[in-house]
Amino acid sequence: MTDELVAAIVEMRDGDALALTKQRLDDDANPLTILDECRAAMEIVGKRFEVGEYFLPELILAGEMMKQIAAQVKPRLQSPSAAQKRAKVIIGTVQGDIHDIGKDIVALMLDINGFEVHDLGVDVPPEKFVEQIAILQPQVVALSGLLTIIFDSMKETIAAIQAAGLRERVKIMIGGGTVDEQVRGYVGADAYGKDAIAAVALAKAWEHDHVA
Amino acid sequence: MWLENWDELSPAEKFNARFDDWTSPPGAQFASPAIARAYTERVRLFRDAIQLNKPTRVPLHFFSGFYAIRYAGLTVEEAMYDYEKLGAAMKQFNADFMPDALASAMTAGPAKAFELLDLKLYRWPRHGVPPTAPFQYVEAEYMRADEYDLLLADPTNYFLRYYLPRIFGNLAPWQKLAALTDLTEWPLMGSALVALGNPEVQAAFEKLLAAGCAALEWMKACGAINSAIVNALGLVPLTSGFSKAPFDTLGDTLRGTRPIMVDKFHQPQKIIAACERLTPLAVEMAVRAANGARKPIVLIPLHKGADGFMSEKDFKTFYWTSLKQTILGIVAEGVVPMMFVEGGYNSRLDIIADPDIPKGTTLWMFDKTDLKAVKKRFGGWACFGGNVPVSLLATGTPKQVEEYVRRLIDEVAPDGGFILSTGAVVDDARPENLRAMIETGRAYGVYQ
Repeated sequence: MTDELVAAIVEMRDGDALALTKQRLDDDANPLTILDECRAAMEIVGKRFEVGEYFLPELILAGEMMKQIAAQVKPRLQSPSAAQKRAKVIIGTVQGDIHDIGKDIVALMLDINGFEVHDLGVDVPPEKFVEQIAILQPQVVALSGLLTIIFDSMKETIAAIQAAGLRERVKIMIGGGTVDEQVRGYVGADAYGKDAIAAVALAKAWEHDHVA
Repeated sequence: MWLENWDELSPAEKFNARFDDWTSPPGAQFASPAIARAYTERVRLFRDAIQLNKPTRVPLHFFSGFYAIRYAGLTVEEAMYDYEKLGAAMKQFNADFMPDALASAMTAGPAKAFELLDLKLYRWPRHGVPPTAPFQYVEAEYMRADEYDLLLADPTNYFLRYYLPRIFGNLAPWQKLAALTDLTEWPLMGSALVALGNPEVQAAFEKLLAAGCAALEWMKACGAINSAIVNALGLVPLTSGFSKAPFDTLGDTLRGTRPIMVDKFHQPQKIIAACERLTPLAVEMAVRAANGARKPIVLIPLHKGADGFMSEKDFKTFYWTSLKQTILGIVAEGVVPMMFVEGGYNSRLDIIADPDIPKGTTLWMFDKTDLKAVKKRFGGWACFGGNVPVSLLATGTPKQVEEYVRRLIDEVAPDGGFILSTGAVVDDARPENLRAMIETGRAYGVYQ
């Protein structure tokens, strides 16, 4: 039973996954169990991505399934967030850039892995990041961007976080098409992640740092 | 075509005729015989590299985006809307850096034409991004999941009545148009014309005519800027135009990134059929560009086939099969497709180095792909280049850039068949870094 939903998600049978969810909810299954199974399935999907068995299409379809299952399950949840969340992450595409696909996949993978993700959207000015860091007090900030003009936007964003006296309180990761280790040094981030899986690994490592 | 017996020529003869024509461009008015010679020598560099001969020196190129504009102290907005400022910027940039391939004025695009049509597909300065930001694509399902059969039946009809009315706000009334294939017989033809009398449709056509004028004004301005630079400096306008990989036509602007990937699971056969349907259109687009501009190289940017975007198996099935047919169709006309291989292609090299594609007829510019691995597979088969990271140009030092370029030349240039270029489009750089790249190539890339 429980394996059925996990298998449907992992094997990319989205029609089956949605039908199973509906059936389980109709049978009064515990909605939290369904979400746990989704997490278990996404962990397998993530592992397959990591070893080069799955690629972007599988991550995207899995993401679509998560969204649709969550939409079915959420109305049945007693309290909106019963599960214990991990560290808080603020994510956004920096000023001057409106690309969102990479950012959205990273946000989704962090969310599925239990992080409390606050997505500030695209074309986010430095002051917005600073304001939200002050309010939400995240452990991790993730800056995204595709164009080369964003190197300076990222640098300015991190400088603004520094100027506000918040730099020591957060770990900052960057990612996106033209971003690499060279850019990380230039903008003053703590790490560069080459894909969504790398972003999750960084956030997990940093969360541990934070607790310690 | 410019030769009377064109249809009787072999692909190799067409290739030679096109390159000869490019070497002595009709109507060129070079500033001096020395400049004319410099132009001819630069064309020779590219021709030798493409045909896998050793040129006298590694040809110098970079993918010029909006950096030339920035270098001149202009905003992207100014470059898009003020052709006089654009011209001054491009002249200054090309004269200061002297790459072998011209940095073209056309990159900025006819923003006024797009504005008149209310283009929804992009944001650009004055339309949703800051004055300093380049144009940026807005992802949406401009073609819907259940419309593959409409596209397959008649791509032009689909573009006219579905796609264009969605991407251009001011062409929305075109949804009312009849199919032009209705216009066959007296009793049928009248009703097919009726929609053209509709005031909204007429207003849409008026906008289109105005946009056409704006595009023509842009083309004349950019053509004059480019010609002036070529005549004064002897730089080579490298590409005549564009074409696309059929999967990218479908995945970039018709379906969009997320939907095309979901389609792979829900309707894989439709993707394959659509790519086949779009292949002859992609070939025709390339050959028409080469014929029109009388230059043999056509740029094909590759987007959604990169490492990570799909498995190797899916790459062959969905991406490569139709791209290969596109390349073969273009090469058969003696035109050189220049693939701009964005992202990494490390897992694709064994597939794309396809012996069915004749050697010395194609050009591959890589971004994050390991060029040593490329050299192993492409040596003796196809010309390649690229790879100098834009991140290094934007944030590194001239010494780092010089070391990078020297290493690249040492590792992959020795037998020829190599073009020095950037891995991605340059919108941002430190001038001393770009200069270091070009000058290292010029001095260190000389063949003995």
